Amino acid sequence: MVEAAGTLEVSIWRGGAEGAMQRYQVPARGNQTVLDIVTHIQRELDPSLAYRFACRVGMCGSCAMMVNGRARWTCRTHASRVIGADGRLGLRPLANLPVIRDLATDMAPFFDKWARARGRFQPKDAPDGAVPQEFHVVPPASKQRREADAGIECIGCGVCHASCDVVAWNPDYLGPAALNRAWTLVNDVRDGARQERMEAVAGDAGCHSCHSTQSCTERCPKQLDPSAAIAGLKRSLFWDTLLGRRA
Amino acid sequence: MNRVAQGQMHLWIAQRVTAMVLALAVTVHLVTIILAVRGGLTAAEILGRLRGDALWLGFYAVFALCAGLHGAIGLRNIAGETLGWRGRGFDLAWLGIGLATAGFGIRAAWGLYAA
Repeated sequence: MVEAAGTLEVSIWRGGAEGAMQRYQVPARGNQTVLDIVTHIQRELDPSLAYRFACRVGMCGSCAMMVNGRARWTCRTHASRVIGADGRLGLRPLANLPVIRDLATDMAPFFDKWARARGRFQPKDAPDGAVPQEFHVVPPASKQRREADAGIECIGCGVCHASCDVVAWNPDYLGPAALNRAWTLVNDVRDGARQERMEAVAGDAGCHSCHSTQSCTERCPKQLDPSAAIAGLKRSLFWDTLLGRRA
Repeated sequence: MNRVAQGQMHLWIAQRVTAMVLALAVTVHLVTIILAVRGGLTAAEILGRLRGDALWLGFYAVFALCAGLHGAIGLRNIAGETLGWRGRGFDLAWLGIGLATAGFGIRAAWGLYAA
């Protein structure tokens, strides 16, 4: 990319739940990511700016923010792609989570929902946590393995949770990431907690509130499909109930 | 499963099942209307078709029941999400509204049957 010239007008949320947008002038550079811009501000202009990042290469999922109103990984977002014709960029903390300060959100409610959705693998053969004597054979081409594979790469960045209207309307709603995680475990033949997990994801706070509008799927930086996972949970619960299987 | 979540799931299932019935019922209803009005629409013709016909009475009773329940469950979800109207009291109220709506429709179908 050619070297960009000029100055970017960047507005950033400052404060906690109460706060205001603050403007900064940042030099435009070629191949600059949104995270580069935030880092420039923190290092050169205002060291009190709070934000979160670790790997800078799209592996850790900690740098997600609202970029011009849309949740994104800032490390994998080129500034030139998101800055409008007016040269402006607006950054806010991830939506649908409590703000700690500036661009840093409290992720605890997000991960608490994973726990509520029973997002933890529970070995079928060894409920006490011991290593089972025999290993399960899981054919890679089996339907369940493919269903689990489709959602297993989630790194818990919270972009889907911030993009979900249902989470905004109902803070108790488990959200796309936790339900996606539950669906991968429902399809894990080695797991022994299907019953409890299906019970945990049912109802208005669970999969049944999803409207399948698919913002989660559209915005997932890993190109996962939480919406399909949630549909899978609904389908399983539907047939479990209609056919009288315990669910 | 806790009873509240189970009840919410059952409402969801009821809405999906009624949607399936409605898809069929609306099609039958529309096709019937289109065919029936080709020779002009009169009260006498409608009564001629529906009066004393248990099949049509059954069809419209099922149609009205599904429409009432389906609509009320949908309104319950909208009210919960946009107005924060959630909880057992609201659920019972919506169920009552759904059954009352269905009751009006069934009463109308009965009226034509028994006319």
